[in-house]
Amino acid sequence: MAKSKKNAAYKPVKLPLFKDLKVHKWLFIMALPGVLYMIIFNYMPMFGVIMAFQDWKFRIRGHSGLFAPFIYSEFVGFDNFKTMFTSRTVDFWALLGNTLSISLLSLALYFPAPIILSLFLNEIRSAGYKRVTQTLIYIPHFVSLVIVASITQQLFNTTDGIVYHVLNQMMGGKAPDILTRPQYFAPLIVGQSIWKETGYGTIIFLAALSGVDMQLYEAARVDGAGRWRLMWHITLPAIRGTVVIMLIMRVGSVLNTGFEQIYLMKNDINAPKAKVFDTYIYERGIVQQQYSLSAAAGLFKSVVSLIMVLSANKIAKLCGESGFY
Amino acid sequence: MALFHNDNKIKRTPGDATIQVLIYIFVGLFALATVMPFLYVLAGSFATEAELTEKRFFIVPSVFSLNAYRFILKDGQIFRGLGNSLFVTIIGTIINLLFSTTLAYPLARSDFRWRNGITNMVIITMLFSGGMIPSYILVVNILHLKNTWWALWLPGAVNAFNMIIIKNYFQGLPKELEEASHMDGATDLQIFIKVVLPLSKPVLASVGLFYAVGHWNAYFNALLYIDNSSMYVAQIILRNIMNQASQAETDEKMDWSALGGAPPSKAVKMASTVVATVPILVVYPFIQKFFTKGVMVGAVKG
Repeated sequence: MAKSKKNAAYKPVKLPLFKDLKVHKWLFIMALPGVLYMIIFNYMPMFGVIMAFQDWKFRIRGHSGLFAPFIYSEFVGFDNFKTMFTSRTVDFWALLGNTLSISLLSLALYFPAPIILSLFLNEIRSAGYKRVTQTLIYIPHFVSLVIVASITQQLFNTTDGIVYHVLNQMMGGKAPDILTRPQYFAPLIVGQSIWKETGYGTIIFLAALSGVDMQLYEAARVDGAGRWRLMWHITLPAIRGTVVIMLIMRVGSVLNTGFEQIYLMKNDINAPKAKVFDTYIYERGIVQQQYSLSAAAGLFKSVVSLIMVLSANKIAKLCGESGFY
Repeated sequence: MALFHNDNKIKRTPGDATIQVLIYIFVGLFALATVMPFLYVLAGSFATEAELTEKRFFIVPSVFSLNAYRFILKDGQIFRGLGNSLFVTIIGTIINLLFSTTLAYPLARSDFRWRNGITNMVIITMLFSGGMIPSYILVVNILHLKNTWWALWLPGAVNAFNMIIIKNYFQGLPKELEEASHMDGATDLQIFIKVVLPLSKPVLASVGLFYAVGHWNAYFNALLYIDNSSMYVAQIILRNIMNQASQAETDEKMDWSALGGAPPSKAVKMASTVVATVPILVVYPFIQKFFTKGVMVGAVKG
């Protein structure tokens, strides 16, 4: 290891800014595109949320310039939020209810699914069987939601969908039309997610499990521990940190049901239950061009997510977990 | 996946063996449930319309028919879409990697002055965003990127998670090589290109594939920013075919002859789904190991 003075550039020495800019010229230049990207595409929209407090107009009479609409649109305080919470046409409580019914159902079923499957995979001792099943269950992750939606349509539709007809036979001709009945919308979305992502979701837990020292299992077995005690005292503690981090992120996205999947599965008949924040913001804001109102809904969603993530992280830390930062 | 192989030999009691068998069956059924829908659609795409309406389920059609594929080949729009998607994916991934690696390298260097500040900037973007509307207005009204490919490339040029995976990988590289070339008078840029990047091929492959699959499968951005039909990507076209088809089912009065032939029938829907799925499934065996590696790099250090 060379420790000559020439090596100074590699040590975190505080140089005066001007000299630092010269010595590390290329580091600054390299960071520039990424930083510019973040300023333009992440931070400018963050300041753009100001439009949630305005009656934002695309064109302002007598003013031109890139940011004129943001500067000269009339400020209306919290009016957009008032409209959002109280107006019948927005129907905030239905939005919140639909969003929560999907995300809570997904927290209850979709979240634990990969954990359970990875515990099962971990018990499989035949390397070949494990490899083949793993290869198969990862596949749906790589397929787009448009394809998943179209396959779902082909399997569940009432004219020639195989799943519908099998259900129909089992239920004596009274199978529900899952694609259109509103009460099946949340289970349909969560079911799709489970089908698509459970397999792939096991990777992260299997990675945590692969780090477990096998001697722990052997020692416990010598002490007479059975399968369940091994799982409870060794396997589960090994993935606890990962589970907590995933849970924090999940809690943070309780209002983010995602746009694509819901938009793709929604139709005229199940629409009442398919109105969630993300699709609402798209339809109100972009299709109907009510920019300020839907920006307010977006801001509400972002703020709630931030609060949820930070508090979940705080709680995890108070419980002695490492949290995610 | 030898890495995951759990080589513990548990002494089995009869009850234990039953549980073991049940676990094998459950995992096998789950795997079957993931592939059956694909096989069903694949089989249906080669079947005749008559068989599709008569038989409920089959994995091998009794009469092998290429009619559906002839229809979509003649129609041609899904292939145009696949071409556009390929173009968007290749250039988009190059842009992603360029922006992400050049940002990750300074952040991986402990002697970079603004390392902490910029890292915090990145973390803030992971926690809070301006939302859909301000971003849409930025792209459409301020940058005027609507109906340009840039609208699909620039807004997601750096994914914070992916960038941090790369940064962590760079940080894990042995410092000696970088220091040695520094002493030989190489600039930071030369060290980055000649030393760091060649050592980072595994993580570049993983993250590049995360980005590439993201571009290939993206639907929402294309829906938002592209309404020029010659620029439609495969996902948009597949969606249109599905919508046309479901309308055709409800709207009997539709004059299909005026629109150039028969309505997209069930087999055509299936064939279009197959054509849109096959490209990703063809590369899947090659990319699978990079994906799992990437997830693990992120999991271990993120």
